[in-house]
Amino acid sequence: MAAAPESAGTGKGLIGWIDERFPLTKLWNDHVAEYYAPKNFNFWYFFGALSLVVLANQIVTGIFLTMSYKPSAAEAFASVEYIMRDVEWGWLIRYMHSTGASAFFIVVYLHMFRALLYGSHRKPRELVWIFGCLIFLLLMAEAFMGYVLPWGNMSYWGAQVIVSLFSSLPIVGGTLVEWIRGDYNIADPTLNRFFALHVAALPLALVFLVLAHIMALHEVGSNNPDGIDIKKYKDDKGHPLDGIPFHPYYTVKDTLGVAGFLLIFAAVIFFAPNFFGLFLESPNFEPANPLQTPPDITPVWYFTPFYAMLRAIPSAFGTQVWGVMVMGAAIVVLFFVPWLDRSPVRSIRYKGPIYKVMLAVFSVSFITLAVCGMKPPSGIYPILARICTALYFAFFLLMPWYTKFDSVKPEPERVTGHA
Amino acid sequence: MSEEVDHSRRRLLTAATVGTGVIGVAFAAIPFLASWKPSARAKALGAPVEVDASKLEAGQMLKVVWRGQAVFVVRRVKGVVDQLGGHDDMLADPKSDDSLQPEYIKASGAARARNPEYWVGLAVCTHLGCSPLGAFQPNDSFQVAGADLGANWPGGFYCPCHGSKYDLSGRVFKSMPAPKNLTVPPYAIGANTRIVIGVDDASKPVS
Repeated sequence: MAAAPESAGTGKGLIGWIDERFPLTKLWNDHVAEYYAPKNFNFWYFFGALSLVVLANQIVTGIFLTMSYKPSAAEAFASVEYIMRDVEWGWLIRYMHSTGASAFFIVVYLHMFRALLYGSHRKPRELVWIFGCLIFLLLMAEAFMGYVLPWGNMSYWGAQVIVSLFSSLPIVGGTLVEWIRGDYNIADPTLNRFFALHVAALPLALVFLVLAHIMALHEVGSNNPDGIDIKKYKDDKGHPLDGIPFHPYYTVKDTLGVAGFLLIFAAVIFFAPNFFGLFLESPNFEPANPLQTPPDITPVWYFTPFYAMLRAIPSAFGTQVWGVMVMGAAIVVLFFVPWLDRSPVRSIRYKGPIYKVMLAVFSVSFITLAVCGMKPPSGIYPILARICTALYFAFFLLMPWYTKFDSVKPEPERVTGHA
Repeated sequence: MSEEVDHSRRRLLTAATVGTGVIGVAFAAIPFLASWKPSARAKALGAPVEVDASKLEAGQMLKVVWRGQAVFVVRRVKGVVDQLGGHDDMLADPKSDDSLQPEYIKASGAARARNPEYWVGLAVCTHLGCSPLGAFQPNDSFQVAGADLGANWPGGFYCPCHGSKYDLSGRVFKSMPAPKNLTVPPYAIGANTRIVIGVDDASKPVS
C-alpha cells in the first residue's frame, strides 16, 4: 500500500485536512501571523482596526434591527418607536447602531487624516487610498439612506434635499429624480428601496471594498509614521528588521485601542445617545410630514462640511448645479491626492513648514465648514463657508506646487523612536 | 483540416460572443431599472385634486396635497396684486422665462395666476425641494432660521432651509440659492372658486 501523498508544508489533524483543501493556514499567515508591520505604529494607527470593529457593530446591530423594523411609510416611524419601547433591549441595539454611524465617520475621518499626516496614499499605496475613497463614498450613501429609514421629519426632508440635488443636472435631472424616488415625491417606494439598498446592496459592496482595501495594503505593506520603506533592511529569514508580526503584537495593541474606544462608545450610548442633537436630531422625533419642512434643516454632523459647500455657492445662469458640482468635486479631488502630492518625502515629520501650515489650515477649514453647515444660512456663516471652501480646495489643488517647493529634512534609514 | 489555430477567426468569434452578451445584459437590465419608475399605483394616486377656495379670506393661505406634494393656494389682498409688477428689477426671472408653469400662467405676467386674486403654486423650493413659508407681512422675521426679511420685504415666501426668498407670485429674488421661480402646476378654476389642481380644464370631470 502506497502512503498518501504528502503536500509540502501542511500539518496534521483537522487543520492539516483543511489546509489540503483550503488555504486556511496560508491566509492566516499571509494576513495575520506573518504579516510584518512596521514596529513604530503610534496612536494614529488605531483607526483602521477601529473602523473594522464599527463595521462589525453596524452589521450585527443592523441585522437585529431589520427583525423588528417595517420598511413602509405607514409603519416605519411606529416600528422604530416599537423597537425603542417594546422590544427587549431594542433601545440598546438601536442606539448602538445610531451611535455606530457617527462613530464610523469619526474613526474614518481620523483614519484619512492619518494618511495625510504620514503620506500613506503615496506610491505604492495609491490603490489602497482609492479603495479607501470608494469606501468613504459608499459609507456616505449608506449613512444617508440609513438616516431616511426612521421616517421622521428630518429623515423625510433630508431625503427630499439630497435627492433633489440630482434634479440640478441638465436635461436628465427631472426624470432621474422621479426614477430615484419611484413617485412624484419622496414616498413609500423611496423608503422601501432605500431600505433594500441600506441593508443588502451597499453593505455587500462595502464588505467587498474593505477586503480589497486590506488585500491591497497587505500586498504592498503598511506605511509608518516615518514614511520610509521598512523592506530595505531584512534579516536572514527575509523579514524586515523594523517589522514585527501583526499577530500577536498588533492584535494585542489594537485590542487595547478597541477597549479605549468601547469605553467612549458605551458612554455615549448610555449617557448621551442623541449627543446633544448631533447624532440624532430633534425634528426626527416627529413623524415625516410632507407639508412641513423642519424650521432648521441640517444634515447629521458628518455631512455638514460638504453641505456647507453646497450652500456656499449661489445659483447662476438659471441653475444651481454649481453648488452640487463643488460638493461633488470636494469628494472627487480626494481620489487624486496620491498624484497631487509631489513631495520627495512621505511623512510630515520630514516635510517642510509649508505642508504643515497647509494641513493645519485645511483641518481648521474642514471643521469650520462643519460648523457652518449646522448653522442657518445667514449672518457671517455664508461668507465663512465660502472662504473655507476656497481653502479646502486650495489645500488639494495647490498641492503639486507647494509640496514640490517646500523644504524637506533628510529621511532616516531606519524607523525612529523604537531603536 | 489544418492543426493551426486561426487567430483572426477566434478573435472575431470572441468579439461577436462578447458583443451579443453585452447586448443581452443591457436588455436584461431594462426590467430592473424600469422597476424603479413610479408604479401604476403611484401614477393613479397622482390624479387631480379639487379645492374649495371660496372660504379663503384675503391674506389667507391653504396647503393641499397633490401627487404627495404640498401646493399653496393663496388669496392675495387686492392692493398686493396691484403692486406685483413694481419690483421686477429685484427678481431673477421676472417674466418666468426659465421657470416651470403652464403657458396660460406665463401669459398672465406678474400675477402668474388664472385669477390674480388666487395664487396657486407648488410649495417646493426650486433649490433643493424644501417647503417655503408664507411671509406676507413687511416685518416678518423668522427667529428659528435667524433671518430677518427687513423693512423692504414686499411680502412673499421664504425658504427656511437655505434662505431663498420669493415674492407673492412665487418669483425668486436675485442672488438666492434657488435658481427658478416656484413651479405652478396645471390647474383650473371652476364655478364658486372650485380650484382643480392637475388639469388644464375644469369642465372635465375629475377622475
